[in-house]
Amino acid sequence: MIYLDNAATSFPKPAVTAEAVYDFLTRTGANPGRSAHGLSLEAARIVYEAREVLNDFFGGPDPLRVIFTHNATYGLNMALKGILKPGGRVITTGMEHNAVMRPLRSLEQEGVELAVVPCGRDGTLDPDDLKKALRQKADMVVMSAASNVTGTIMPVREVGTIVREKGSVFLVDSAQAGGVLPLDMEKDKIDLLAFTGHKSLYGPPGTGGLIFGSRIRETEVRPLIEGGTGSRSETEEQPQFLPDRFESGTCNAAGIAGLRAGLQWLQERGRDVILKDEQKKSARLAEGLSWVPGLVLYGPADASMRTGVLSFTLEGHEVSELGEILDTDFGILTRVGLHCAPSAHKTIGTFPYGTVRMSVGAFTTDEDIDIAVSAVKHIAAGTSK
Amino acid sequence: MKVPMSVLLVYSTSHALRIEKMLKERGVPCRLVPVPRHLSSDCGTCVRFAASDCEAAREAVDQSGIEIQGIFDMGTSYV
Repeated sequence: MIYLDNAATSFPKPAVTAEAVYDFLTRTGANPGRSAHGLSLEAARIVYEAREVLNDFFGGPDPLRVIFTHNATYGLNMALKGILKPGGRVITTGMEHNAVMRPLRSLEQEGVELAVVPCGRDGTLDPDDLKKALRQKADMVVMSAASNVTGTIMPVREVGTIVREKGSVFLVDSAQAGGVLPLDMEKDKIDLLAFTGHKSLYGPPGTGGLIFGSRIRETEVRPLIEGGTGSRSETEEQPQFLPDRFESGTCNAAGIAGLRAGLQWLQERGRDVILKDEQKKSARLAEGLSWVPGLVLYGPADASMRTGVLSFTLEGHEVSELGEILDTDFGILTRVGLHCAPSAHKTIGTFPYGTVRMSVGAFTTDEDIDIAVSAVKHIAAGTSK
Repeated sequence: MKVPMSVLLVYSTSHALRIEKMLKERGVPCRLVPVPRHLSSDCGTCVRFAASDCEAAREAVDQSGIEIQGIFDMGTSYV
């Protein structure tokens, strides 16, 4: 089996991630921040340390401004629906995932004006186009740091500088970039950063969150849900302070323990080392596939402009058929279709049929890549394995 | 040796953990303990330290920007 679906979730996870989850469930396991006994405190300490590691890693202002949620989608919804109000204006790009587009379309129905800045066919964004869209005042600019369809790396720092000059809030979806690209909230002028734990941070599914930059006043952001926080139990009003204001109900502490371990594992290995390795593998894949007759690659031709995500189509073959043959005949696991990003597929010209997406991870080998290339060649030539 | 103690009450366990960390960085011995019932009906955790370290605790609080419920005398105990 060759796993080339790391953009959906990284697999396998490092052993330390699994061990940390196991250890939490069998040894620590109490409810963090709910009681004051030793085990509850130890659980709270693990969660707090995870905040510290994430805050450091993403250049955030304060560990207490790291909010844990189930995933990046939840964090994005929290930021979008908590801040944008009818009569307001928001700008996004033509390469966004539905985690951004669906809440935005829903807000549009409620009277928020939405401007979508078009991107090039390779998914790239020209910051000047964004600048033009910002001539008219906007409350927020939201964009992904890298595309989940083409792996296109977005100009986050340039956009951050432009957005800061105009005084809008800058929200970044780091689902595809966190753990591989050098994101830094301070340097990139990111006001809100949504992250997922289960992709390139090597944590378990069900972990993610939103980091509040220092310019965001948390009391002006409406929580998506309210409830028990283990704090201020005497009052029936939701706490105003972070992280409790946005963390009602028991958190996924076991998952967060795994996320902390996964992130530490990645830092020991080196984010930059992993990025370069994934780009090298992805370039090898693109080079191999480029020789297949009838095969079209999407995204930037230069591998250094992409993460480890690569999309392609093959003339005469539906992507669903390709995905199935790759899986059942060759044991190669990919993701085909629209990848929850119809907007991005419209931009690159592959809507509504979609693409085959192969995404490498920290455990992908050169041999895996060569086998995948060979499989696609066989399918294109109409020969069996 | 038993010495006069103080407790610092915050509104959230995350805040208690932050203050504890800041005190330890300053070399101030401290412990997280359940909030004494006579001080608050809240179900949380507070930070306990020697009363002589109150000034260091206040400095840490000021630097953190965390809103606290207060610092209270707690009689004598082991640090």
